[in-house]
Amino acid sequence: MFLALRELRFARSRFTLMGSVVALIAVLMVLLSGLSSGLVNDGVSGLQRLPVTAFAFDAGTKLDSAFSRSVVDADQVARWREQPGVQDAAPFGTMLVNTRSNRGVPIDLALFGVEPGSFLTPTAAEGSGLGAPDGLVVSRTALDAGLRIGDVLTVDRIGTRLTVVGVTADQHTFGHVDVAYLPLAAWRRLHAGVGPGEELRTQQADQATAVAIRGDGTIDLAAGDAAAGTSAVTKETSYGASPGYTAETSTLTLIQVFLYAISALVVGAFFTVWTINRRHELAVLRAMGAARRYLLRDGLVQALVILTASIAVGVAGGAGFGGLMGGTGVPFALEAPAVTFASLLLVLLGLFGAATAIVRVAAIDPLAALGGQR
Amino acid sequence: MTTTERTGLVLSGVTLRLGDGDSVVTALDHVDLTVAPGELVAVVGPSGAGKSSLLAVAGALTIPDEGTVTIDGQDIATMSSRARAAYRRDHIGFVFQSGNLLPALTALDQLRLVGTLSRRRADDRDPAQLLADVGMAHRADRRPHQLSGGERQRIGIARALVGRPSLLLVDEPTAALDRARSHEVVQLLAKETKQTAVATVMVTHDHDVLEHCDRVVEMIDGRLSAG
Ligand SMILES: Nc1ncnc2c1ncn2[C@@H]1O[C@H](COP(=O)(O)OP(=O)(O)OP(=O)(O)O)[C@@H](O)[C@H]1O
Ligand SMILES: [Mg+2]
Repeated sequence: MFLALRELRFARSRFTLMGSVVALIAVLMVLLSGLSSGLVNDGVSGLQRLPVTAFAFDAGTKLDSAFSRSVVDADQVARWREQPGVQDAAPFGTMLVNTRSNRGVPIDLALFGVEPGSFLTPTAAEGSGLGAPDGLVVSRTALDAGLRIGDVLTVDRIGTRLTVVGVTADQHTFGHVDVAYLPLAAWRRLHAGVGPGEELRTQQADQATAVAIRGDGTIDLAAGDAAAGTSAVTKETSYGASPGYTAETSTLTLIQVFLYAISALVVGAFFTVWTINRRHELAVLRAMGAARRYLLRDGLVQALVILTASIAVGVAGGAGFGGLMGGTGVPFALEAPAVTFASLLLVLLGLFGAATAIVRVAAIDPLAALGGQR
Repeated sequence: MTTTERTGLVLSGVTLRLGDGDSVVTALDHVDLTVAPGELVAVVGPSGAGKSSLLAVAGALTIPDEGTVTIDGQDIATMSSRARAAYRRDHIGFVFQSGNLLPALTALDQLRLVGTLSRRRADDRDPAQLLADVGMAHRADRRPHQLSGGERQRIGIARALVGRPSLLLVDEPTAALDRARSHEVVQLLAKETKQTAVATVMVTHDHDVLEHCDRVVEMIDGRLSAG
């Protein structure tokens, strides 16, 4: 520590230069993290907010199109409700519609059909909850798109009219589209393409997209599937069925992995050059009897100080930059746990890069201290 | 730091071969040397004679191929590399050519650094007092690049003495100094050697300063003879 801190002060221009590089990497990392959380929110926050443990789709439905293709009936819901570990099961319907409000605002919605009173019922932060036969409870983000409570939406082609009666407290989106909850009965008519005044065929009267299951960790999905003729997946797995979700997250993850690798290399390269510059000095210290551990600790303290300082600066800068993106429509959401984790990972990788450089040089032969500078 | 009685440095039959494979050089060839506590011994000899190698072996930086090296009665040739590092830290002082101070540290911090090398350093000399003893109190806050060669060498000597070593090893301390500075530096070494009862071995090319030494030995082709 003694030497490490004095060297930091003495060679501050060099350390500042390298710290700026790390800070810029941290800025990038924050922006990527915000973008990736933002995209996840945009893609699946509607599913995340549901108090659901698992979804059961009709047997044989492929996961990547499950939310648009699967159809389950009341019998399958009833069988799931009887499974051990299942606290509740309810029919759940999804579909995407294009609508236009009475004030001329065109808006696409992901309709979540739920039975009013079931555990899937959303809480409205403003307006009234789910109940009216044609009443919608919409995501808070739909307000940004220009919807207001009391607006009447007309569904394209079918012509059904729906009224916005309530708004949720936070963002509920699915596949980058705002979620609107509506009573399952209304959802069934829309899903069947039945316009106002037409009759729903009895066969379609008990349909839904999936069985939403709530329970503890002990649910045996395979046993439930066998009993109900479904393919059940956990809620987290079902995110993969959200449009575009898998491709977006894997692209961002790849970019992040590269960023981490680059930062480890940059820090490692800096410390390699730095420690090689200090070869003679380190040999003198070794000759004076400094233990290898002493040199290693000293170098790691230096690395830790620079990394934490520059990453803190970078995170602050990135957060400020991200704040500016707020109103631009770019999906961006900073989440403290994600940013903390990423920062810690940057520090750890930087330390790893520094340690590999220092270990090699700490093994220097103290003999090199004798005689002049070689 | 230790309760062992001071008996100085004893090398007997020390042989050191350097290089690998085909080009093996016998840097030290059956060298015998005894340096008593409080004695300043100068080692002279032509370049490549093995003078630095002698310091390396006496200072536990490397172990000889043959022979024994004892300091205060303790055989250092049988120690592990880690134990030798700890032994150097606690019992041996090195003064290198041109001082070899750490560029980031002030003169006072060069001395204080020694105290950070291990936890049990209650016996150390007071850095500020020691700096005053070598006449450098007025340079305490300067860094090496703001010091003259002679000043650096004095600070290097002070640094080597912080831990009250039994053995002081000095490699060409006056190589970068003019005549007057050289005398001052070697006089300082002689004075400290007497006062602290340390056994001192000084390698030098500078025949002017030999008058301050108790004894001069000459090294030629790895062999030692009375000078
Ligand atoms: N690492 C090494 N590998 C092989 N040979 C070496 C090595 N270091 C020194 N030598 C050889 O060992 C011999 C003694 O070297 P040493 O450095 O002890 O000489 P010296 O008397 O200190 O010379 P100088 O006065 O030039 O400093 C020389 O012949 C030198 O070439
Ligand atoms: Mg030499």
